[in-house]
Amino acid sequence: MPVITYRDALNQALREEMQRDDRVFLMGEEVAVYQGAYKVSKGLLQEFGEMRVVDTPITELGFAGVGVGAAMVGLRPIIEFMTWNFALLALDQVVNSAAKMLYMSGGQYNMPMVFRGPNGAALQLSAQHSQAWESWLAYIPGLKVVAPGTPYDAKGLLKSAIRDDNPVIVLEGEMLYNTKGEVPDDHEVLIPIGKAELKREGEHASIITHGKMVLTAMQVADQLAKQGITIDVVDLRTIRPMDIEAITTSVRKTNRAVVLEEGWEVCGVGAQVVDYIQRECFDDLDAPVVRVHQADVPMPYAKNLERAAKPDAAKAIAAVKKVMYLE
Amino acid sequence: MAKKKSDNSPATDVETRRDLLRSMLLQRRFEERCAEAYALGKIGGFCHLYIGQEACGTGAISVLRPDDYIITTYRDHGQALARGMAPRSIMAELFGRIDGVVRGKGGSMHLFDRNVNFLGGHGIVGGHVPIATGVGFAIKYRGGDQVCVCFMGESVVNTGAFHEALNMAALWKLPCVFIIENNRYGMGTALERASSIHDIYNRAASYDMPRGVVDGQDVMTVRAAVQEAVDRARTESLPTLLEVRTYRFMGHSMSDAVSGTYRTKEELEEYLKRDPIIVLRTQLQQEGQLTDDDFTKLDEELKAVVQDAWDFADQSPEPPLEALFEDVLVDTTSDAHAEAAVAAD
Repeated sequence: MPVITYRDALNQALREEMQRDDRVFLMGEEVAVYQGAYKVSKGLLQEFGEMRVVDTPITELGFAGVGVGAAMVGLRPIIEFMTWNFALLALDQVVNSAAKMLYMSGGQYNMPMVFRGPNGAALQLSAQHSQAWESWLAYIPGLKVVAPGTPYDAKGLLKSAIRDDNPVIVLEGEMLYNTKGEVPDDHEVLIPIGKAELKREGEHASIITHGKMVLTAMQVADQLAKQGITIDVVDLRTIRPMDIEAITTSVRKTNRAVVLEEGWEVCGVGAQVVDYIQRECFDDLDAPVVRVHQADVPMPYAKNLERAAKPDAAKAIAAVKKVMYLE
Repeated sequence: MAKKKSDNSPATDVETRRDLLRSMLLQRRFEERCAEAYALGKIGGFCHLYIGQEACGTGAISVLRPDDYIITTYRDHGQALARGMAPRSIMAELFGRIDGVVRGKGGSMHLFDRNVNFLGGHGIVGGHVPIATGVGFAIKYRGGDQVCVCFMGESVVNTGAFHEALNMAALWKLPCVFIIENNRYGMGTALERASSIHDIYNRAASYDMPRGVVDGQDVMTVRAAVQEAVDRARTESLPTLLEVRTYRFMGHSMSDAVSGTYRTKEELEEYLKRDPIIVLRTQLQQEGQLTDDDFTKLDEELKAVVQDAWDFADQSPEPPLEALFEDVLVDTTSDAHAEAAVAAD
């Protein structure tokens, strides 16, 4: 199986879906002539032309709304936000238009569109460029929210998102674009939205995680294995609708859970995971669930402070040992 | 409403004007009953009436084709009726019943009808304007010659969304007609207190966009101005910004006083003299094309239509509780083969 980067996996997904369906188009800042701010859309302008790969002015609210309008009348837009930090400006369109159109119109206007872009922290980009938005978006009925952590999941979930007749949020990661993994050379690689994946199997504890933290969780699994501790790594892949069964199946088996995410604590995605666990697995737990997340601060610039703010393998290992009542 | 191809023969001109009068009067009688229904508690939430502004929507929509698109604000009852949506379906929606045009899920502010390309009914001031640009983009993408008409209040022109949407419509040369229904007050705030310029159609200069201003109380004037803008959009794929100067005879919504707070009774009374229905009726009567009797008969007929809509709405059941969870998401995906081709109109 070919080993490709997460970036190339997304590029394949975009290309294949645009080849498959003439209604699909990509719109955003620098997606065309610049070949993509992070090169995710490299080569697409050359192949599909400027009507289907559209450079926009810096107008997140405006072009998100343009996508909504195009979707209402039968096209299938992919709206790229250069990062999800800038998408705050567009939230009126994502939340008040895209998420609500089907319901408000009594079922007449569904919104077959994708909003995608890099989410969360990179390196030393400071407070305004380092935020993880899954929680805000997963809050909204009418949206689907996916957060692929590997190249295979990136390709499969983006393709599913593009084919889905609902508005789907795709949360990528600048730090993920260069990561590599096996991705089948197949135009029908589709990963179902709403299905988590058990990326590692073990017996002592479960780590439930998503997005960038998936790689961290797998590193944690590898390191702990050397100490004779084996863990389940449940990669949510989809935040909304969350695969509750995958979570509960794992926790019922291991009886101990750690929820690992890159976002903030209060009302974060992890808080929802914990609620599902306490609701469904109360009698199965041998310890309270422990969460690992970003410190409750805006992201600082200084390298050491940023490192201290972010969740990492060491913190996750400590959390696993805590739920196991070790050290 | 019967649509006649516009030509210059007096006979069709009279017919057209009769149709326009009929449409405006239907809207007027409908909105008056809405006020009554609201007071009785049959309509809840927000209810923004179109009384006084009928010529704007009616004149504009009268020049459109069935395959053109319309998008508007929450003050949408008049435009919906002008577009031919059934009074019964609209009233049932306002009463929150299952036979409402959006099955009781939207209410007054969110009338949608795919059959006549009426794209809503939107509640966030300015939020629908980028959507209109997107519809224009889709028309161009498909190589069609439809147009998208976007109604908005005058307060919209100060929003960021308006700026972004019009910039892109001009930049990309999209077939949009942006129509400002300037009723001089953004809720309780007069235009002069909100806007650094008062001839707001001149905002189009920022985008090098064709623009104009027109008397919104004369339906024929509105019609001619919109026709020109629609022709420009359809044949040259260029957008226009039109300011239509009008006045609302009721408050901003049913929760707002008619006058005496932020606008005077005297001002209202001046504007009442230019009631668009009276303006057109007078024209037709002076030409000998309409008698008092004709008007009375028309009025009785339309009042009966509205009463029928009321009765229908009253008898329509509330939505079943299962409807609460319907239409949040669809469970479909795009079809691999059948719809892969882009339809060029």
